[in-house]
Amino acid sequence: MSLAQKGRRVVLSGLLLLGGVYVRALAFTPVERFQGPAQKIFYLHVPAAVTTELAVILVGLAGVFFLFLKDPRLDRFAEASAEVGTVFAGIVLTTGPIWGKPIWGTWWTWDARLTSTLFLFFLLISYHVLRGAVTDAGLRARYGAVLGICAVVLVGFIHLSVYLFPTLHPQPIVLRPGKPGLPPEMLVTLLMSFGVFLVLYVGFVMQRYAIALQRDASAHV
Amino acid sequence: MRELLEQAWTVARKDLVLEFRTRTALLSAVVFTALVLTVFNFGRDPTAVATIDLAPSILWVTFTFAAMLALNRAFQLELENGALEGLLVSPLSRHSLYLGKLLANLGFVGVVEAVGLPLFVLFFDVPVGPVLFPLIAVIALATVGFVSVGTLFSAMVVRTRFAELMLPVLLLPFLLLPLTYAVQATARLLGGRPLSEVSGWLKLLAAYDLVFVAVALLLFPHTVDE
Repeated sequence: MSLAQKGRRVVLSGLLLLGGVYVRALAFTPVERFQGPAQKIFYLHVPAAVTTELAVILVGLAGVFFLFLKDPRLDRFAEASAEVGTVFAGIVLTTGPIWGKPIWGTWWTWDARLTSTLFLFFLLISYHVLRGAVTDAGLRARYGAVLGICAVVLVGFIHLSVYLFPTLHPQPIVLRPGKPGLPPEMLVTLLMSFGVFLVLYVGFVMQRYAIALQRDASAHV
Repeated sequence: MRELLEQAWTVARKDLVLEFRTRTALLSAVVFTALVLTVFNFGRDPTAVATIDLAPSILWVTFTFAAMLALNRAFQLELENGALEGLLVSPLSRHSLYLGKLLANLGFVGVVEAVGLPLFVLFFDVPVGPVLFPLIAVIALATVGFVSVGTLFSAMVVRTRFAELMLPVLLLPFLLLPLTYAVQATARLLGGRPLSEVSGWLKLLAAYDLVFVAVALLLFPHTVDE
């Protein structure tokens, strides 16, 4: 079985599991008192956001190791991870406004957290634009690594800054000092959704990696 | 360390001498800055919006675009006659090449800003007198932030397709953060707020500068080596 086929199976099982998570979220998880059913999108939005950040951090780490080891596999992984991260960032930026309209009364506000996600999305787009503009494979890999590392440093700075601006966005409720601020049923659903998003991430990266592999193989013929 | 700085100065001096002798790029950047400021003047309704409300954005949008214009040519120059290869085979260390380019770009952007700031004051009648020194500190710190990442990226984009378009696309996400800090600091300075409200933003700008000069210095050799 080829890598692309394996990746497809992983993604399919991830999607099935996601269906399962939503059955649990809609039928077996309590409705939030103030937001009502709109809160259910939380189980897509938050895991997608965390997976995006994970994808970007992995792009940066792959970049650091690539500059030392010069292993083309690391570059293919970074390329795949960045592309999957872009898709997840797209999910965050779509589900956010869908929730924001009924709860905040607006699709978009220039809030620090929203803006920082948009930043991340632009960074990922510019990463692809840069890769697309370099014809030489070795140069493309090195430039990708350099930009990936800079992007991770920038993301760190953005996180630091987010806390300095007044925000409308709900504060972190799981990873915060003290106990998680949501009932155990919700927490379990959220954690399951995290797991499913990781499966989806792995599946997508496998498929995207297979494409990069084919491109590199055809370049050598 | 001393050798590093000496070599960097050699590179910077070469670039600056070249700029000040030809003057084409410098003059166009200065004229561009003046034009952007003029455009802003017509891009607002002076009876509806007070200048002081718009002033920080006008100043920083202008400086951001001017810096980007300046950075585009930083390595374009070296493409002629294979000058970059010449620099790379010379006994210069890669780090001093980056530092030299950084210094030259700072000089270039600094001159443009030194012309832009008085024009800004003149055109928009902004009371900068009492806060001139803190404002210059903000401008200096933000410029180092712009130029540190910009120099690194301009070394990359010269070897890509659509280099002139590529630099803004790569660079703008990185400029937005120091731009935000600088706008916040400038707005507070021009609004007559106490300096203690500004110092936090200055610290953030300084931290951004330190981190990105260090990161760019480490990464630069990977962008030019074959």
